[in-house]
Order: sequence, then C-alpha cells, then structure tokens
Amino acid sequence: MALSGLAGCSSSESGTTTVLAAASLTDVFTQLGAEFEKANPGERVEFSFGSSSTLAVQIAEGSPADVFASADEKSVGLLGEEGKGRPSTIFATNHLQIAVPSGNPGKVKDLSDFADSSLRIAYCAEQAPCGKAALKVFKAGGVTPEPDSLEPDVRATLTKVTAGEVDAALVYRTDVMAAADKVEGIDFTQADAAKSSYPIVDLQSQKEPNAFVAYVLSPPGQAALSEAGFGSAGG
Amino acid sequence: MRRAARRETAPWQLVVPAVCALGLLVLPLAGLLVRAPWSRTWEILASPGLQQALVLSISTALVASLCCVLLGVPLGWLLAQRWLPGARLFRALATVPLVLPPVVGGVALFALLGRRGVLGEPVFELTGFALPFTTPAVVVAQVFVALPFQVLAAEGAFRATDERYAQVAATLGARPWTAFRRVTLPMVAPSVLAGAVLSWGRALGEFGATVTFAGNLPGRTQTLPLQVYLLLQTDPDAAIMAAVTMLFISVVLLVALRGRWTGTT
Repeated sequence: MALSGLAGCSSSESGTTTVLAAASLTDVFTQLGAEFEKANPGERVEFSFGSSSTLAVQIAEGSPADVFASADEKSVGLLGEEGKGRPSTIFATNHLQIAVPSGNPGKVKDLSDFADSSLRIAYCAEQAPCGKAALKVFKAGGVTPEPDSLEPDVRATLTKVTAGEVDAALVYRTDVMAAADKVEGIDFTQADAAKSSYPIVDLQSQKEPNAFVAYVLSPPGQAALSEAGFGSAGG
Repeated sequence: MRRAARRETAPWQLVVPAVCALGLLVLPLAGLLVRAPWSRTWEILASPGLQQALVLSISTALVASLCCVLLGVPLGWLLAQRWLPGARLFRALATVPLVLPPVVGGVALFALLGRRGVLGEPVFELTGFALPFTTPAVVVAQVFVALPFQVLAAEGAFRATDERYAQVAATLGARPWTAFRRVTLPMVAPSVLAGAVLSWGRALGEFGATVTFAGNLPGRTQTLPLQVYLLLQTDPDAAIMAAVTMLFISVVLLVALRGRWTGTT
C-alpha cells in the first residue's frame, strides 16, 4: 500500500499513465495520447490495446494499469477487486457495421448475406464484446450465420477483411473508418440492437481524477472520438 | 562410458545455472497446476468443445510433424552437403520462422496462399478453392513454424555422420538412394526423431500463425491453444484446466516417444 502511494505521488508530477484500452480504440487513443502529451509536457501515456475482456483479466491478475477503457460494460465487472469503487464513465458509443473488401467482391447487401455459406464470413467470437454484439444483431435480424472464422478480437476480424480473405465481416463503424482505404462499410437496420457503450475506468488510488481520463472526456477528446466515428456518450 | 564424470566432480558453475534453468522451465507450469480447479476437472474435460479442440490439435500436429519429417529431413540433408554453394544463406533463411512473430508468419502465408496471395489468387480464380479458414490451413501454419526445428535437428545429425560409410556402401555397389536409406538414415534416425518430437510440440502449441491464417472455427480450425485463449476471457478456470490437459498429454507423449524410439529415458 505504501509503495503504491509513493508511485502515485511521483506519477502525478511527471509520470507515465498506463492505459489498457479496447482494440477498437487503437487509432483514436494513440492520437489522443500524442495530443495529451503535447498539451501536458512531462506527462507520458503508454497504451496496451487488446480485447477488453483479456485486458480486464490482466488487470485483475495484477498487470499495472492506471486507466482501463473498455468496449463494453461487462468487462468492467471482470476487474474484480481492482475495479471496486473506481469511477467509471461512459465516454463513447459504437455500433456494428458490415465490412467488405473494397469493391465488395462478394456482392454483400445486408445482414441476411451472413447466412450464405458460399461467402467467406468472419465475426468476433462470443467471448469478445464485438462477438456478443454480433450475436445480438443476428438474433434481431433472425439470421443464422454461416461463419468461416470467429475471431478473438475486432482488429483480427478487420485484418481478415483488409487482406481480402473474407467477403464480409461484422466490425464496429470506427474500424471501417480506420481502414477506409481497403474496406467499405454497409449500414444495416439491426445494428441498433447492439449499440455498445464504452466505459473508462480510473484505476488510480488518488482522489484527483486521472488527467488522461479528463482529457478523453474534454471537448477536444470528444471531438477526436466523433471524428473517428464514435457516437457521443449522450446519444 | 556414459557416466565418465562422477557426481562429485560436477562443477558448480554448471550445476547452479542448470538448476536455475530447470526452475525457470518447470515452476510456471507448477504454478498452473497449483491454480488448476481440480474439483471441476471432469466437468471441464467432458465439455464437447474442449474434446473437439483437443482432437483437432493432436491430429493436425501429428500431420504437421509428419510433413516436417518428409520435407525437413531432405532439406537438413541438403544444407549439410559440402558441395552446396550458399549453404549458410539457405540455413539462415530456413530459420526465419523461428524469429518471425507467428502472427506475422500468418500474414506472410496470406500473402502467398490467401485468395489474394501470389499463388493463392490464380488457384482461387481457376478452381474457387481458397486455403485460409480450412483444416489444411491449420496444418500449413503449423508446418511453417515447426519445420525449422526438424531442419536444424536433421542438418546437425547429417553433418556429424561419417561420410565414409556411405562411400563404402557405394563402392560395394549401392546406388546413392539405397546408400542413404540403408546406411546414412539409420545413423541419423535418433536426431530425426528428436526433431520430429520438437516440431510436433511446436505445432501443438501453435497460436499466432494459426489464428491469423486459419481463423478460429470450432471443429474446423479451433485448436486447443485458440480455445484456451478464448476461454481465458470468460472462464479462466476452464482455460487453466484445458492448458493442464495439453501439458499432460505433451509430457506423456514426449516421455513415451523418447523412451521408445531414441533409446534414452
């Protein structure tokens, strides 16, 4: 306890904030981190991106982290003791889009094409938040999907589309925007069934809120998130 | 002969780091055993998903290590030939998969064999067949990462054999292939088997190249390491139990194979 207190003191002066964040935040948080460091000389932000549930388990197992930004609220529950009583704020929303390789070689039109076994289809495994969201939209659309791969996280899913190895995948709208040169996004009506909320958790023990969390919630942070395709926390 | 050095004369400069090395290798696994939820053993092992992944893992790894023997032993032989120009470069190239992050290996396999790959695209255009996301793709990914172990083991063994045996066989009228099969191969057999066991183990634990190139679909491409990774996110206890199962099977098979085929215990 004493040790972590000391570490907290030094990090509030000129320290490193370790942020564990959902894979779908890779691009926008990297950008926000650079802007934050520019605006706050002496401060450093280090990121580790991955599947929210994996990161939550890592934190519960003692992986050092100051901030946890998750792609779903359920993963916050996996923090266990580490997450007890920590402030958690919804800072963004996201929804699924159908991603197809440029030119749409499989001529995919809507969610019902995911039931076509002649097409190569990928989406996230149900263990990942994007997989839970995928199951929700399939249920809402009454679609029985014929997947060729259930990917461990959303970025792995996107990679299969950018490589042109699948005809269609379900990823977040923000992932499509991040890979806009190689991927086309198709909106579908059932996406509303699985709008996901992104909570950010301040894991530090100090009373004052973490500066990076504050930056994410500030107008410039929210503007960057909106530019990357995220919805605002309010709506 | 085999006990030339007595225990009393073993230098501590070797014994101490050797014990440390053993600890480093064994203690994390011991930790896994301590954490394993033994009371849930049967419930977890009986889950159809786990059995399916286990069967797929063992069978694909067996096929992969067989491919490693069929391809890696000839390559190891070739690299050991004194007449081969540029052997050093080829040897370096053959070990590339050892240093490549497996996920990158998966991307490289896409670049060659994917349906937009250099070889894969014409095949896909002609036949409509694409290798990624199939069970053979799992084997290809495993062979890619495991082959260097077999090549290096075989090459070292061929290098250490006395060429004169094969030469004598040739003077007695044996054709080169016969001399290789009847004289050289038996001499290198223990090393080839050691290489096969190593490559089997590497194939069994393969994760990165597999998840990238073959994807993850239960029953088709979801091997046990992939399932362990996904289980870790929802049911860490089951993940540990699955990992312990894999560990147990590996150890039993390695010990059995070593004892049976390489003559050491």
